[in-house]
Amino acid sequence: MLKTPLYEFHIARGGKMVPFAGYEMPVQYALGVMGEHKHTREHSGLFDVSHMGQVLLTPKSGNVLDASLALETLVPMDILALKDGRQRYALFTNDEGGIRDDLMVANRGDHLFLVVNAACKAADIAHMREHLSDTCDIVEIEDRALLALQGPASEGVLASIIPDVADMKFMDVGVFGDIWVSRSGYTGEDGYEISIPADDAAAFAEQLCAIEGVEPIGLGARDSLRLEGGLCLYGNDIDTHTSLIEAALNWSIQKARRADGVREGGFPGADIILAQFAAGATKSRVGILPEGRAPMRGGTELYANETDDVPIGVITSGGFGPTLGGPISMGYVQADYKAVGTKIFADVRGKRLPAFVASMPFVPANFKR
Amino acid sequence: MKFTEEHEWLKPEGDLVIVGITQHAADALGELVFVEMPDAGTDVEKGDDVVVIESVKAASDIIAPLDGEIVEVNSAIVDAPTLVNEDPMGEAWFFKMKLTNPSDMDDLMDEDAYKALID
Repeated sequence: MLKTPLYEFHIARGGKMVPFAGYEMPVQYALGVMGEHKHTREHSGLFDVSHMGQVLLTPKSGNVLDASLALETLVPMDILALKDGRQRYALFTNDEGGIRDDLMVANRGDHLFLVVNAACKAADIAHMREHLSDTCDIVEIEDRALLALQGPASEGVLASIIPDVADMKFMDVGVFGDIWVSRSGYTGEDGYEISIPADDAAAFAEQLCAIEGVEPIGLGARDSLRLEGGLCLYGNDIDTHTSLIEAALNWSIQKARRADGVREGGFPGADIILAQFAAGATKSRVGILPEGRAPMRGGTELYANETDDVPIGVITSGGFGPTLGGPISMGYVQADYKAVGTKIFADVRGKRLPAFVASMPFVPANFKR
Repeated sequence: MKFTEEHEWLKPEGDLVIVGITQHAADALGELVFVEMPDAGTDVEKGDDVVVIESVKAASDIIAPLDGEIVEVNSAIVDAPTLVNEDPMGEAWFFKMKLTNPSDMDDLMDEDAYKALID
């Protein structure tokens, strides 16, 4: 089992450690999942996300646009238009139109900086080396930690150490000495992700937690926060068998890569994905609000009514939303049932319980645009 | 008061026993968000799943500690599941049972034996 540079920090803070994507990670601290979740929405939460992959994509030509064009052969996003100092959400697609991984791509002037999921990072790097090595050097950064500071107080907290971060807007990226910062996250709140040399990470985490309003937050609250935020968890809500259209991530394909765009297609599975973009997919990822109080968790089958034998969908993530104060889920339903307000039924322990298709996010996003 | 290896406590009350979960179990589960009780009058056998409890993290079952009949359930914890985290050994009992064989209680752990189990 691997350890992040903050392992000792987690132990010292009373983190309850669990295996996650090959790493020992804190699922919660003394505050508990509910308390940590609410703290993040109200103040500032510090997350260790060092298990995620940090990758530099450097063009051999020295011109970042060559790296951008190369990466566009693997993702359906407009990377060419991504300006210096900006970041964007992206998806590696496969030839069947499925999703290999979701990631963040930042333009840092003369190269791209990627953050990919822990469980996918080895495969992502191999995939990029196979397809992009003619034009780019692909380097996994293994000597840096990655922290996330999330919640409305985060700007004041981080700016007390690095004043210039207060001027950043959502999805800006900046380099401050040895520290790389993006104004982004995975909670629906304002906040930052902070890449820092591994040797400095624990001291920096201690420094942050010494500031009023900052608490360490574990994976449990990270999951409930992102679920309330309507954000996909790779491996649960999206995977190689779901297309980004089915996943209702159509917005992530910018105009240049769509049909009749200036660089239409040209990514794995483009024919399938662009056809679905035009015609719609047969199933769709939706938010689901249970009518009662029983949580409907991942794997729960969905039905059109109380008697049909054939399901019309399945929940992919579900649980309790502490800020909402009730159960929330997301999942896939057949296109006929995707309209907000549609009543459906979930099979929970052999009982058909009513639920409604709902818009996401469940809790409004609080980004600094 | 007696205890089971499944972290339940049983306390005699007249010809019934009150059943709940221990502080240790409540702490391990984390904040409860949902409790589903059986109907009063349900006959149960030792080991049957009788109550569903869900924390923020996951769902689990409370099993019948012994054979008998569930005669009363605590609706207060259905309305406010976090009561279980606040007072698992007192207010937040789960159900009252009439045991088929009251002497079955003798086979359960006493407090010292339970403490030794969880240490």
